[in-house]
Amino acid sequence: MHAPRITVSLVLLLLAGLILAPAVPVSAQEVNLTFWSWRTEDQAAYDQFIQAFEAENPGIHVRFVPYKNTEYNTIVATALQAGSGPDIIHLRAYGGLEPLADAGYLMPMDDQVEALKAFNPDVLRGATNRKDGKVYGVPFALQTVQVLYNVRVFQELGLKEPQTWDELLQVAAALKKAGYIPFANGAKEGWTLETFFGAVGPSFYGPEFYSEVVAGETTFEDPRFKAAVEKMLELRPYLPESYMGVGYTDMQVMFAQELAGMMLAGSYELGTFAQMNPNLQVGVFPIPPERAGEPAAMTMYVDGSYGVNAATKHPEAALEFIRFLASREYGQMFADTLKQISAVPGTQPQDPVLAELVQLMEAHGTPYLMLTAFRYGQPSGSTLLQNELQGVFAGKLSVEQAARNIQKGLASWYEPFQ
Amino acid sequence: MNRSWLERHAYVLFLVPGLVLYGLFMVYPLGSSLGYSFFHWDGLVRGSFAGLENFRAVLTRSPYQERFWGALGHNALFFVSTLAIQSTVGLALAALFRKKWRGFGFFQTVYFVPYTLSMVVVGFLWLMLLNPTWGAFNQALRAVGLGGWVQPWLGQTETALPTIILVNAWRWLGFPVLVFLAGLQGIPDEFHEAATVDGATGWQAFRHVTLPLLAPVLGMMTILTFIWDFNAFELVFVMQGSSGNPYYATDLLGTLFYRTAFGDSTTGGEPGQIGIASAIAVLMLLLIGAVSYLGVRQMQKRQVEY
Repeated sequence: MHAPRITVSLVLLLLAGLILAPAVPVSAQEVNLTFWSWRTEDQAAYDQFIQAFEAENPGIHVRFVPYKNTEYNTIVATALQAGSGPDIIHLRAYGGLEPLADAGYLMPMDDQVEALKAFNPDVLRGATNRKDGKVYGVPFALQTVQVLYNVRVFQELGLKEPQTWDELLQVAAALKKAGYIPFANGAKEGWTLETFFGAVGPSFYGPEFYSEVVAGETTFEDPRFKAAVEKMLELRPYLPESYMGVGYTDMQVMFAQELAGMMLAGSYELGTFAQMNPNLQVGVFPIPPERAGEPAAMTMYVDGSYGVNAATKHPEAALEFIRFLASREYGQMFADTLKQISAVPGTQPQDPVLAELVQLMEAHGTPYLMLTAFRYGQPSGSTLLQNELQGVFAGKLSVEQAARNIQKGLASWYEPFQ
Repeated sequence: MNRSWLERHAYVLFLVPGLVLYGLFMVYPLGSSLGYSFFHWDGLVRGSFAGLENFRAVLTRSPYQERFWGALGHNALFFVSTLAIQSTVGLALAALFRKKWRGFGFFQTVYFVPYTLSMVVVGFLWLMLLNPTWGAFNQALRAVGLGGWVQPWLGQTETALPTIILVNAWRWLGFPVLVFLAGLQGIPDEFHEAATVDGATGWQAFRHVTLPLLAPVLGMMTILTFIWDFNAFELVFVMQGSSGNPYYATDLLGTLFYRTAFGDSTTGGEPGQIGIASAIAVLMLLLIGAVSYLGVRQMQKRQVEY
């Protein structure tokens, strides 16, 4: 006969709580936000960013919770489907964000974050859901793909940054003659070939091809696309011996150990190389055009963005934090602390190589073809490009066949091609 | 009354934990993937009922069709080659180890050790050995004057799958040797003695006495190898990733399934297609189930004859 008495007192206690609750002044309420991410390696930096935010916004506390990179997508998707999840979500770019936005798990940002209006439209594309055209996140970092070269080796051999494609081939030949591997690029892993194409392609297929093929006005059987693949093949004599078996880590080691003079790679390698060999001096240039004076193009893409859970209990506080993440102050802090290119317009990294990349990107930037436009269905443009290029490099396929296969594969789901 | 029923059926209680675990981790996923295979499912959210559309896509629609039949062919090659290696090399080694010669224990261990290593470790080990730039394998070829044979073994469409098949056979070899050895030791010596008395040569005795008596063991190994090789995944995943590098040359049903369900491990962003992937899984299950069932039945029939 004790149970009912306990229930009664519980109910009374609950009632008392309900009656007393409004009496607590709103300003004294503390808000705790959680912020999930896959950037385990950036924990210290984010703790520092959050401290800066909390100093300006008393009462809002943010806790950064990183998960293992490879499991992050599943963890976030499962939590959101279960109706929980964090307040702030570190979002993947392009096709990685759309399923979440489509399912209504994310809060649209367009009208909420004033600073987004100043962002480059190509950059915002990485955080936009194509179906409704709304922006669902504040982009954080940009990556570029280009030639990285060993400054010491170039100086030793008296080589200069090439201005035309022929000069690039001459530089490669000079490196080979001096006993260096001209390009540390292999083809064992298909995705490194996509990066390879990301570096070489844009200077040859040209900026119009991107928008035309995305709109379905042309196809991948376009001569411009095939010409860009042919250009890649011209570099085959300058790749490492047995390049078909050379994988990603081999490539990194070849370049970091100064066995190779150049590498076609993303800007994200700079941090890795600084760790692998602190004495390595790296220079950068985009793949030069056919003739001097023609525009060079340099692939760039958004690495991801910061979004807000549509079901958050503290939308105002969460948006306050997001506005901070879109500010110049934060962008500069991000660039200086993490040594990456911030997506916030007008930020300048202190690192001279990154600063040069920002300038090159502003002059020559073009979106990363398959990643930005063709990763929204299966087989994705990346999967197709990677495998077909492997087929071409292995001598199994002609460029013609590869282009046809890519087009056929994409037409199975990409509506403008149907 | 109550008590004696309990006593008679107490074994049921002991089955419960096993049944619960088996149901939760085997029967339920199997059933749910069967269910998923009938739905359109792009990315995160389950879509509308698709009927047999996913199966039709896998079997007849480009590009799934090419990938599915290609992967099936690779699995078949994987199985046939592994079986050939096991039943020749494995049986030969077992026959060697049957006579207890000096130091045979050492070699027995040598052949069995790879079997105790995890598939991931094996894959990583061979990945390093076969590295075309500084791998020990190619270095060894150069050292003995066979520099001309040096190949990017895992990077070429012609050599990648055979290389992986050999690594797989190396990893498993200890098991068939063990099983065959047990089978050989189960054959009474009198049989061989009788054959020798009748004037049979060593080969004749093996061909007409040992081999028929070993048939049930060979049959069991064949079925097990079939099941393992049609489920193969880890080794290729560790050595080549889930995209079947290079140019789908090492694509197996397992990697095709994984890539379709969870997106390519190297392209990150693409949405998974749970419906089509489930259809692939169901087709694998049907194939493996049907062939193993027929195989086991065939063996049981034969066994009655002896």
